[in-house]
Amino acid sequence: MLLAAEPALWDSLAQYLINGLTFGALIALIALGYTMVYGIVELINFAHGDLFMLGCFLLLTVVDLLLPAKDPSSITIVLALGFGLIVTVLFCGVLNCGVDYLVYRPLRNAPKLAPLVSAIGVSFVFMNAGLFWGGPQDVNFPDLISNDNLLGNEATVRITYKDVLILAVTIPLMLALTVFVKVTRLGKAMRATAQNPTAAQLMGIDTNFVIAATFAIGGALAGAASLIYAVTVNTISFTMGFQNGLFAFTAAVLGGIGRIPGAVLGGLVIGLVRSFGSPYVGEMWTNALVFGILIVILIFRPTGLLGTRVREKV
Amino acid sequence: MAEAIRKPFRLGWEPAIFLMLIAYPFLPIFESLFFNATQRSLGDQLPTVFIFAILALGLNVVVGYTGLLHLGIAAFFAMGAYTAGILTTAAYAFELPFYVALVVGPLLAAGLGILLGAPTLRLRGDYLALVTLGFGEVAKSAIINLGSITAGTQGLNPVPPPQTPNWLPLDWTGDFRPFYFLTLGILILVAILLRNIERSRLGRSWIALREDELAANCMGLNPAKLKLAAFALGSGLAGLAGVLYATRLTSTSNPNAYDFNRSIFMVCCLILGGLGNRLGVLLGVFLLVGFDNILCPIIDAQIQQTFPKSGGKIYLQFTGWRLFVFGMALILMMRFRPEGIIPSNRMTNELHPDEARDQPIQPITLANTSDEIRALDGGRP
Repeated sequence: MLLAAEPALWDSLAQYLINGLTFGALIALIALGYTMVYGIVELINFAHGDLFMLGCFLLLTVVDLLLPAKDPSSITIVLALGFGLIVTVLFCGVLNCGVDYLVYRPLRNAPKLAPLVSAIGVSFVFMNAGLFWGGPQDVNFPDLISNDNLLGNEATVRITYKDVLILAVTIPLMLALTVFVKVTRLGKAMRATAQNPTAAQLMGIDTNFVIAATFAIGGALAGAASLIYAVTVNTISFTMGFQNGLFAFTAAVLGGIGRIPGAVLGGLVIGLVRSFGSPYVGEMWTNALVFGILIVILIFRPTGLLGTRVREKV
Repeated sequence: MAEAIRKPFRLGWEPAIFLMLIAYPFLPIFESLFFNATQRSLGDQLPTVFIFAILALGLNVVVGYTGLLHLGIAAFFAMGAYTAGILTTAAYAFELPFYVALVVGPLLAAGLGILLGAPTLRLRGDYLALVTLGFGEVAKSAIINLGSITAGTQGLNPVPPPQTPNWLPLDWTGDFRPFYFLTLGILILVAILLRNIERSRLGRSWIALREDELAANCMGLNPAKLKLAAFALGSGLAGLAGVLYATRLTSTSNPNAYDFNRSIFMVCCLILGGLGNRLGVLLGVFLLVGFDNILCPIIDAQIQQTFPKSGGKIYLQFTGWRLFVFGMALILMMRFRPEGIIPSNRMTNELHPDEARDQPIQPITLANTSDEIRALDGGRP
């Protein structure tokens, strides 16, 4: 009955759903980096969001170099973005891996506070690098992907190429990651190291290599996320890493930190809460709403939505 | 009855520093020397340092003594500041004197701390850090969005200075000394309070809890109550610092003064100086806040003077390197001296478990020698 009475309501609900899913997919991609690193070394990698920010600036530099013309053809845009994606993914993966080698690895046996504080320090250094790279103001990223509605101009629900791009990049990446962790030898070694590093080492697993690979994969995912963010949101600044990193980390905890499907679920929940929250409680309250939900979930279900209760080791 | 323990009189570092700070305004020669060298008044800057020292000491109760990572202390700082703003400015009907805000602000902040702490303190370390972080963000959006209460980015102003009786006319705006002594006096009181709490049953229980919660629980301590007490005290002190901050600035400032950066900055002060050690915390605050408010502007002014053409480029300004300096300081400290510049002994042992194994275990008591321990135990051998 409602359906017949208020078609506009259903249209707008569908619109919020699309917006929520796309933003959620983006957040989930960043959250995967947090959750993988936490799952394996129990470190809240505060610098992850800022790594994502640096990826955006690198992509901006690449795009500025490759597309100096005013109106590039769509073929050159696709080629430039493809090249940019490869460069950004490699850069973020190598940088994250390098930070692990230089900063976190020497602290492997230190109390948990030490690497956490180091991660905050790395985050500061990254932010300073972003500040020098892009300046203190917001920077515009060229609007390369068209905003045309795929459903036609008269349709009340909008699905754009940008929405399609987000889903076309994130969903295959997430599936590939799940398969990778489930099936491959390295994935198996990762799961073993996450469960018990000492036992994994005794079984002949090079845990340092496994951890480095985890950082590299997490960083690479952040690089992919920075491409999506830059071409869909079109505004980047050196402080954006903190805000988006916080959302992503919240997503990781919401879904049950250390679990890959959990990060995806958490990201989608956060995206939906934000998009459905903005019309009903006001756009300015959505951040407060997200963190409010986080606090409530942590109080009533501290292991997250998909997490299983783990006994604290004594 | 055992004889009271008498130690030979020794002036510790902490009282010595406080005495020097008390003496500073009476020796105008230093102020003018500093002013001639840098064109800036050190006396004007120090009250801000003292206020942040109170905030850091409050945070130290939670992070240093009890070992709970708290990343949202700015929310409680804001609670104090806005309480002062609401109670004293003309924007509201109360218009109460400063002293009322000085009492109510910390109480409300402590209440807020209990409200947040009661449901969340059973969470594990990292989760608790995240909840406090999230709470700080919620508080910041509340301050921004509740513009009708908090006056948004303009801030509630003017917050009046403390009223003084007629026979003591003080110039709160032109002369730096009234605020200097007010904030320094409160800082010293807080330091004495914490020194006593640290040695009391409560303080020793906190440290036991930090070292091993399970063992402390087995010995009959109630972790939930103890953590809540630490949260209440830490939040209350943060509220106290907030009241002073708003009064000092004559405004509640804008909401960005109470964001995550403030919280993390205070954690950095603790870690740099020495977690759990009052003197270390004070040193950390003096170094970092001093770096931000005193050293950076001076060096920038010098650069401007020496290279007049450098202006504009952010990487040619010393302030532009601020985050880099903080970040590298944190990374290098964690790598080479995780216990801080002035560590507490127990913290050093916790952070270097391999070396601590060879040392005798220190009992958590006030006494240092076996004779003193026997005296404390009531003379039993």
